[in-house]
Amino acid sequence: MKTVVEAKNISFKYDVVPVLEDANLTVYEGDFMGIVGPNGSAKSTLIKLLLGLLKPQQGEIYLMDKSLQNFKEWHSIGYISQKVKGFNNSFPATVEEIVAANLYKEMGVFKFIRAKHREKIDEVLDIVGMTDYKKRLIGSLSGGQQQRIFIARTLISNPQIIFMDEPLVGVDLESEERFYRLMEKLNKDLGITLIMVSHDIGVITERTNRVACVGKRQVFVHDSKTFNNEEYIKSVYGDKIKLLHHRH
Amino acid sequence: MPEILTYSFMQRAFIAGIMVALICPSIGIFIVLRRLSMIGDTLSHVALAGVAAGMLGGVYPVYSALVFSVVAALGVEQLRKTYKDYAELSIAIVLSTGIGLATILISMGNANAAIFSYLFGSIALVSSKDVLVVVILSIIILVSILLLYRGLFYISFDEEAASLSGVPVKWMNIYFIILIAGTISVAMRIVGILLVSSLMVVPVAASLQIAKSFKAAWFYSVIFGLLSVIIGLTLSFYADLAPGGTIVLSAVGILVGVFIVQGLSRSITNNRSYESSWEKI
Ligand SMILES: Nc1ncnc2c1ncn2[C@@H]1O[C@H](COP(=O)(O)OP(=O)(O)OP(=O)(O)O)[C@@H](O)[C@H]1O
Ligand SMILES: [Mg+2]
Repeated sequence: MKTVVEAKNISFKYDVVPVLEDANLTVYEGDFMGIVGPNGSAKSTLIKLLLGLLKPQQGEIYLMDKSLQNFKEWHSIGYISQKVKGFNNSFPATVEEIVAANLYKEMGVFKFIRAKHREKIDEVLDIVGMTDYKKRLIGSLSGGQQQRIFIARTLISNPQIIFMDEPLVGVDLESEERFYRLMEKLNKDLGITLIMVSHDIGVITERTNRVACVGKRQVFVHDSKTFNNEEYIKSVYGDKIKLLHHRH
Repeated sequence: MPEILTYSFMQRAFIAGIMVALICPSIGIFIVLRRLSMIGDTLSHVALAGVAAGMLGGVYPVYSALVFSVVAALGVEQLRKTYKDYAELSIAIVLSTGIGLATILISMGNANAAIFSYLFGSIALVSSKDVLVVVILSIIILVSILLLYRGLFYISFDEEAASLSGVPVKWMNIYFIILIAGTISVAMRIVGILLVSSLMVVPVAASLQIAKSFKAAWFYSVIFGLLSVIIGLTLSFYADLAPGGTIVLSAVGILVGVFIVQGLSRSITNNRSYESSWEKI
């Protein structure tokens, strides 16, 4: 199996408090990896480190066998951040304009959208099922629809790996199902490696093939099939916590 | 030719004014979308200090204003890094420095009338040299925007994603703030230092009310800017008022007009749907 993301012994602190210490993570080509962990356990931080948006104080990160410093193929990496939905809803931009933004490197000096770019836009909007919304203002779409637009924006640069930070927050069950079907299409049909943060441990272990748990400044990777909820809670929260069982 | 255009000083004022009307809203749209509305005011107060310094030292004030405001722009960028989470603090620091400096420099000189023309704009005093400088700097600024607008657009929407897709964010942020400084120095001769930032922001505010895409937002902003300058200069000429005031009030008038038209068309469509819903019954 080919390794596409590798973090070796990384340590990171924002100011003085370490949030990751000597953590390791390996992602293989074709993986659909879930990242879980309590709030504040450094899931978003881990993703930002893997993307070079933050620099680890120690350790090495490799994307597609290149260390981050030498990595140049950013078009093959997609990222949908946790705060992507935090944009200003009155921002005057159409779906088309938002999706086209990711073609930045491919447009010439004057950044004109050419016919081949328009085809590409139509193609990715079709994949996410949003073709009819091309001319709509981004702020006029629902949260779930906006999210599909952001996936389309990522897809337009032909990514091989997509990182998603809590893409399912505020998405209803039906859209969640739709989202996972789309992910399966990207993962199985287009061969894109997916890495996504989620708090829904039950669902994520069903849909992904591997799960990385972040907690106690470490990252532990499990096979989704053998993932054990109670063990997970012990490993990231410690033994002290008592499980509160609740019934509906 | 209408009478107003037979005067050569009015011809100069219109040429300079139209250039200013093209660049102010084009820069302003990114200022508004990035929520930096205060930066225009800040840099223009520093430009005032630059004008005063130029008059004291016998330097062409547009040049000294340009130098002062570019230095201030870089200062804001630098301070923004120091006060990461208090962006407006860096602006307040530079604003205070600018006003303090301007006050001292103005009180050291005795060219109050000339300072006035820079504060409130002037049409009679626009020289051929002013026009030439305005046109050259405006063209540089316009070409810069044409080359950078996709990057600036992406940064305004989502800075992290922009940086990942290859937009040189850091470099572009610095260049953008220098463009703001340049725009202020170019526009102050006509609109006046106190009102430059209004011409950057008010046409954009009107445009955002109606635009259905980014391209449209930009287009309407420039159209509204042009209208404001043309109406404002004409009023200024016939009523003998400071052009800065007439231009900016024209822009505000357009904004109010947009609100009114919007309100009317909304109530018309509401009535229609009301009627048609009755028809169905
Ligand atoms: N910009 C920052 N400056 C300082 N500390 C930070 C910053 N961002 C995050 N932290 C801290 O680092 C830790 C990890 O944060 P991170 O956002 O990675 O957590 P997370 O696992 O993504 O949490 P959540 O589930 O709430 O999204 C937290 O304790 C947080 O308080
Ligand atoms: Mg997070």
